[in-house]
Amino acid sequence: MSADTIALRGTELSGKAGTDVEAARPGKRGRRIRIVARYLLLTVLAVIVLFPIYITIVNSLLLPSQIASTSPTFFPTSPQWHTYADAWSDGHLARYLANSAVVTIFVTVGQLAIATCAGYAFAFLQFPFRRTLFIVFLTTLMIPFEITIITNLSTVNTIGWYDTYQGLIVPLLATGALGFGAFLMRQAFLQVPKDLQDAAKLDGYGHLRFMTRVAVPLVRPTLAALSVFSFLAAWNQYLWPLLVTKDDRLRTVQIGLKQLRATNLDQVNVTFAGTVIAFIPLVILLLIFQKQLVRGLTAGAVKG
Amino acid sequence: MTTPVDATVDLRPGDPAPVAPSPRRRRFSRAAREAGLAYALIVPAFLVFGVFVFYPFVRNFYLGFFSTPPFPGQPKNFVGIDQYSDVLTSNDFLDSLKVTVTFAIITVPVGIALGILLAVLAHQKLQGIGIYRTFFSSTVATSVAVASVIFGTLLSPQVGLLQGIQTEPSILQNPNPIIDINLPVIRSFIPSVALVAVAVTTIWQNLGLSFILMSAGLQAVPDDVQEAAEIDGAGPWSRFWHVTLPLLSPTIFFAVVVGSIFAFQTFGQIDLLTPRGGPLKTTNVLTYFIYDTLQFSKNDGKAAVLAIALFGVTLILTLVQFRFLERRVSYER
Repeated sequence: MSADTIALRGTELSGKAGTDVEAARPGKRGRRIRIVARYLLLTVLAVIVLFPIYITIVNSLLLPSQIASTSPTFFPTSPQWHTYADAWSDGHLARYLANSAVVTIFVTVGQLAIATCAGYAFAFLQFPFRRTLFIVFLTTLMIPFEITIITNLSTVNTIGWYDTYQGLIVPLLATGALGFGAFLMRQAFLQVPKDLQDAAKLDGYGHLRFMTRVAVPLVRPTLAALSVFSFLAAWNQYLWPLLVTKDDRLRTVQIGLKQLRATNLDQVNVTFAGTVIAFIPLVILLLIFQKQLVRGLTAGAVKG
Repeated sequence: MTTPVDATVDLRPGDPAPVAPSPRRRRFSRAAREAGLAYALIVPAFLVFGVFVFYPFVRNFYLGFFSTPPFPGQPKNFVGIDQYSDVLTSNDFLDSLKVTVTFAIITVPVGIALGILLAVLAHQKLQGIGIYRTFFSSTVATSVAVASVIFGTLLSPQVGLLQGIQTEPSILQNPNPIIDINLPVIRSFIPSVALVAVAVTTIWQNLGLSFILMSAGLQAVPDDVQEAAEIDGAGPWSRFWHVTLPLLSPTIFFAVVVGSIFAFQTFGQIDLLTPRGGPLKTTNVLTYFIYDTLQFSKNDGKAAVLAIALFGVTLILTLVQFRFLERRVSYER
């Protein structure tokens, strides 16, 4: 596409008032140069941002000696595809990824369920100490999970959950997304029109039926946003899985990468291949759920 | 037999006693049922919070009163407040605190500034801008571990791209420094090369998130405000400073508060990129210090005091930010 058409489309797209101002400026050529410059700047920045990912993919296909050479290779001429198979089988990546998936799914579903129930209670039901309990809820946002590890570790040891899935999963339910989620769900439920509640009551709906059939479907966007937030947070957990598991078969992919690097010190390319493998599932998920992702990550940050 | 509805209808002041208790009990029990349902719905959350947040939080204060014996099996000694004062005035703790603060001071503003830069550039109405937005947000898909392995090898002196480049803390050897770094206060805040490497990794990993946040903030800024400023003859630079930035300030404030809390919880990067918070403990952030004390020194009491300190510092920082920064935020639209 020539710069001319880009420029044309550019002004077309710039909409109402922008077009007039843009058009009023003298010099068609100057405008074209400006637009090319914008693309150039964007591209340079994109290259900088993406370079670490690109070089990791390239490095995963090189020989270790090529990576270590003082003249870096930026394009693999004889790609070593076997590194991916090596990382997959020797690095137990299938197992690590499956563990991460299990932990993440249980934590996400658990947090969504718990947060939805609590959010509903705080939004729709009257009960003694409602305000106090809600404030107690919010204070959990001020207590980072990191400062609870000392006792959580001994709790998990005491009940025999060390090195188990439940030990990995249940304490993670208490991390960030829960308190935040209950708050978010309450806010969303409060937006459900009062009329709907009255109509449902006339139809003989009890609270449970109203919650599952009316209220929850109405706040689906918030649920989607919260699930992305919760999913990302659980997937990225590092400290707790490191503390509470010793058995290699229970390691999540985050700890697995550490393991992989430690065991492949002379085969950096395999480590890089493993890193790419660990990165791909999230890229796919994020491309699918881009809209929810943006909503999930910006909930609370931007009003309106 | 009377149905509940009949009973309510029948209820008149001065009715004989036999009819009255039934509806009254029902009305009471409806409120009780609602409260019962409410408690049933919040019990799972409180159970989780109670066991894994509140109990450990409170127990930290108790653990802090006991010194852990040097050899396992010996009874714990009650030392009371002494352990608090010992740990909190120790050089290890103060150094760790400095490292943590320095790390936050580097990563939070730089991360937010880069996020704003990318968001403003990607906010233009250009064809194909969607691809750039995807590129700029792509690092959200990386985890701490992925980012650390990538940068750990990129920056490694043996195999990285920077090999051959002087990676010594050259600023400390600079014979003609711009600021006198030999003043102890300044020197102690100069980050080590290792801490800068960890910071770069962190900034890159969080860049996608920062970009998404700032983009959403920009989208919430009404276009007509920008256009009005443009018609008034404001150049791009002055539009950015006087229109965009103030309108973005609530988002920036949110990012500063949340970003600082996250920065104070940094752990994975340190564990993956550095030799146990080294070299010379220059990357020993508080969270790593807690982990190290707990896992390697097996010193519960000291770790508990450090955890309380982490909480206190986070709390103070957040309150200070609300007190002093929020004033500069313009919430009006």
